[in-house]
Amino acid sequence: MIIDPVTLIVALITVSTPVLLAAIGELVVEKAGVLNLGVEGMMIMGAVCGFITAHHTGSPALAFVAGMAGAVALALVFAVLTQILMANQVASGLALTLFGLGLAALLGVGYSGLPVPAIARPFPEALRDIPGLGPIVFSHSILVYVSIALVAAVWIVLTRTRIGLVLRAVGENHDAAHALGYKVVRIRIAAIMFGGACAGLGGAFLSVVRVQNWIEGMTAGAGWIALALVVFASWKPWRVLLGAWLFGGIAALQLRLQAAEIGVPVALLDASPYLVTIIVLVLISSDRRRAALNAPAGLGRVFHASS
Amino acid sequence: MIVLEKRAEPSRAWGAGGPILAVVLTMLAGGVMFAALGIDPVEAIRIIFWDPLFSERFAGYSRPQLLVKAGPLILIAIGLSMGFRAGIWNIGAEGQYIVGAICGAAFGLAFYPSENPLIFPGMVIAGVAGGVAWAMIPALLKVYARTNEILVSLLLVYVAEAMLASAATGWLRNPEGSGFPGSRNLARHPGTDNPELFAGTGMHWGVLAAFVAVIVAYVIMTRHLLGYQIRLAGQAPRAARFGGVNPARLVILCMGISGALAGAAGVFEVSGPAARISIDFNVGYGFTAIIVAFLGRLNPIGILLAGLLMALTFIGGELAQLMLGVPAPAIQAFQGMLLFFLLALDVLANYRVRIKRKVAA
Repeated sequence: MIIDPVTLIVALITVSTPVLLAAIGELVVEKAGVLNLGVEGMMIMGAVCGFITAHHTGSPALAFVAGMAGAVALALVFAVLTQILMANQVASGLALTLFGLGLAALLGVGYSGLPVPAIARPFPEALRDIPGLGPIVFSHSILVYVSIALVAAVWIVLTRTRIGLVLRAVGENHDAAHALGYKVVRIRIAAIMFGGACAGLGGAFLSVVRVQNWIEGMTAGAGWIALALVVFASWKPWRVLLGAWLFGGIAALQLRLQAAEIGVPVALLDASPYLVTIIVLVLISSDRRRAALNAPAGLGRVFHASS
Repeated sequence: MIVLEKRAEPSRAWGAGGPILAVVLTMLAGGVMFAALGIDPVEAIRIIFWDPLFSERFAGYSRPQLLVKAGPLILIAIGLSMGFRAGIWNIGAEGQYIVGAICGAAFGLAFYPSENPLIFPGMVIAGVAGGVAWAMIPALLKVYARTNEILVSLLLVYVAEAMLASAATGWLRNPEGSGFPGSRNLARHPGTDNPELFAGTGMHWGVLAAFVAVIVAYVIMTRHLLGYQIRLAGQAPRAARFGGVNPARLVILCMGISGALAGAAGVFEVSGPAARISIDFNVGYGFTAIIVAFLGRLNPIGILLAGLLMALTFIGGELAQLMLGVPAPAIQAFQGMLLFFLLALDVLANYRVRIKRKVAA
């Protein structure tokens, strides 16, 4: 056996973290009734801002903050367009992705291959050296644990708190929420910014922790996979985690299969994470009852308070 | 207090004026971006928008390039615009473009070294078929499994890119290319070439196809039942269903048309300007065409003009790269900005801005 299951699981968790972060943010955005297709653009902005900051300051913490800030700035553009100027959300999201990819490439000119500081791991070596369990549970950087905690936090907030209830009300029926006196636009803008921060954090993790380099277009569709994961998860936080691990598992496995040279065409392996995402998406969507059950009723609708 | 009042009907003046104002605002914002990069903004804007057409030094080379670059953009955008009008979002034209090019090139290379004049038409048909087949995946999945066509068509772009890499390095690689990736040169081989039809104009079969597509799309959208159904389905999906429009048929038709045109654009490119299948054959026409479609207000004539303008930013961008050292991605950011301003100005077409005094309730 060439592929060691322990290192595979460790790689799976690392690979899935950027997608998980972006997807959990987008889940909150969609729960508020907004479809932001700009995840890819926000992620790559997070990646480039994080990488540049990490290189210059040597501080990963600052890098993550900068990654979030860059992506939030982009998310704000989307918020202004769709919430204040009432532009089409699909087109605005696409514009965000196209612009983000261009701007990130522009900012990152000359940064490719520059060194970034190593990331500290929160758990002591004694724990990490436990055979099997150690690497899988204790060997990751802090952001991996943060991302899983974030899933839990989003789940609690959405299902157990008043804020979550208001957010979902805005997403299900903005006119009713407006009539009850909730500030639909403000709540949605806040949700969009949260989604941007998560996508930016995911992007920064990708460039600063996982790849430790800046490569133009390095997100390579991770933002779109995050969008697919939200549908896959039927808008439920824990299922996003499951979906991210499934995707991460495929992505990590195909890299190892490529290295092992087992005779499967490289193109097929390269395409496998995307193909598996499509297949899973089809399986989920074709189940008529489950697919419609949890989708926010007001997703993508433009809100205009007439009075 | 500023309030927005919904117009009963979108304003025609703002519908036409919006894109023009958006271009002006983009130039201003782009100027700020260039200034931030330490480049003289006035000169940069002049080099991008004026020099490719009117400077004596560059116009000789640049003017024909305008049609070369606008051709695929217009062709793809025309197809996309029909779907967008109906609320069917084919975002993966880039993938259909790649698959069309691979299929067309494979057909042409299968008969190598024959110079039969029927090969080129065959390549076009193969490319169209490839584009349609690739677009049918999201279309059929949407119809039969209710899968989101935005995500599927987009994810298939990455699959197409993997196919392109395997074609360029493996099964379509030039056997006489001393192991370098990339296929045989299609543009320099009679029978598989897509030549310049009139010397010095940049006009090739793909540009001609784009012009024909503009005219046909215009007739369909304004005079044909299909155009009516597309517009109805986009504006009032429920009314369309009661009016006898079959949504499944519309999805397959719109995705099929956009896939066919994107695939055709791929063939014309691979047999002409790009000349061969290579790993980096696709340069993002499929994505830029989305901007072209919106900039042209999803209207065929508008798309024609928008395609030419977008081509100008490509050529001017290359020129600015050469002359001023403007980084290549700057032009992509510039194009993204244009789409932002355009979408922002849509508010003026759909809403009336009123200034009201706050009255105590």
